[in-house]
Amino acid sequence: MERDFTARGHHDMGGLDAGEIDRAEHDYALWEKRVDALMMLCTNRLKLMTVDQLRKGIEALPPEAYDNMTYYERWISSVTNTLLERGVFTADELGAKMEEVKARYPDGVMPGGAAGGGC
Amino acid sequence: MSGDHHHHHHDHDHDHDHLHPYDPEHHHPHRADQDDTMTYYRLMEEAVRELMIEKGLVTPDDIRAEVEAMDARVPANGAKVVARAWTDPEFKTRLIETPKEAIAEVGHDIGPMRLVVLENTPEVHNVVVCTLCSCYPRWILGIPPDWYKSRSYRSRVVREPRTVLREFGTEIADNREVRVHDSTADMRYFVLPMRPAGTEGMSEAELAALVHRDAMIGVTEVSA
Repeated sequence: MERDFTARGHHDMGGLDAGEIDRAEHDYALWEKRVDALMMLCTNRLKLMTVDQLRKGIEALPPEAYDNMTYYERWISSVTNTLLERGVFTADELGAKMEEVKARYPDGVMPGGAAGGGC
Repeated sequence: MSGDHHHHHHDHDHDHDHLHPYDPEHHHPHRADQDDTMTYYRLMEEAVRELMIEKGLVTPDDIRAEVEAMDARVPANGAKVVARAWTDPEFKTRLIETPKEAIAEVGHDIGPMRLVVLENTPEVHNVVVCTLCSCYPRWILGIPPDWYKSRSYRSRVVREPRTVLREFGTEIADNREVRVHDSTADMRYFVLPMRPAGTEGMSEAELAALVHRDAMIGVTEVSA
């Protein structure tokens, strides 16, 4: 299949039409700050990944995921994928740990995005 | 983009009869916070954090210390830099020529990225964006605001900056050039706003209290 390498990526939005800027802000939640902290540790201290890898993982998201996920949801998704690629942990280990964590929240887990916060 | 849409932002920029220390409560309506809802990705953060700890790559203290370090990166740090530049012309020259060293003099670290200081003048107004993502002088100003990362800001400010600035309550005279700077992961921009008239007798600390985050992004100007 032919690919158009000059086509814009979904993240490449400079100059496009868009609506009025929503200036509402939210205070970052602790889990969001921890994602930020993890990224800072992985790049600056552990040298497990670079900012470019973070961006690559975010830019590879399907457009609808990119738009619906909140900012730090995109980050943790990209950081996790990069750490999996680097073999820091395996998909099986991650899956088992996700189940273990999930069991701590008997009220259930929402799919994400819906928690609000945007961007 | 979901969350609350309070539209009281049209009037607050005209409320300039008092000092403007950085105060998100005053400047910007709030979105709902995300501490009380368990989501798939929040769960993923918890899982990844625990795996990293179990593998001995990080400790809980490392994460806590990094969160605290980020919490300490606030716009007031940038405001101190601006106030110093307004009161010390030699510092201003160093700030523009060697920002890393100059900002270190004020006690702050610009981090591993290159930083470019953009001086606003009567001829030129500068405004900063990252069209591709969210690059921002985060080592000096902290985590960027939601709108900086929004599709609307990233798309529009490069094409219709004056219209966007007007939405922030900022009117730039037609005879002043508006320059929009698109950040990259490795190069971040910091706007040095113009010192407002009527501040001649003010101390450095009093001046710093006038400088708020949005003026260092370039979407607003500083008023006395």
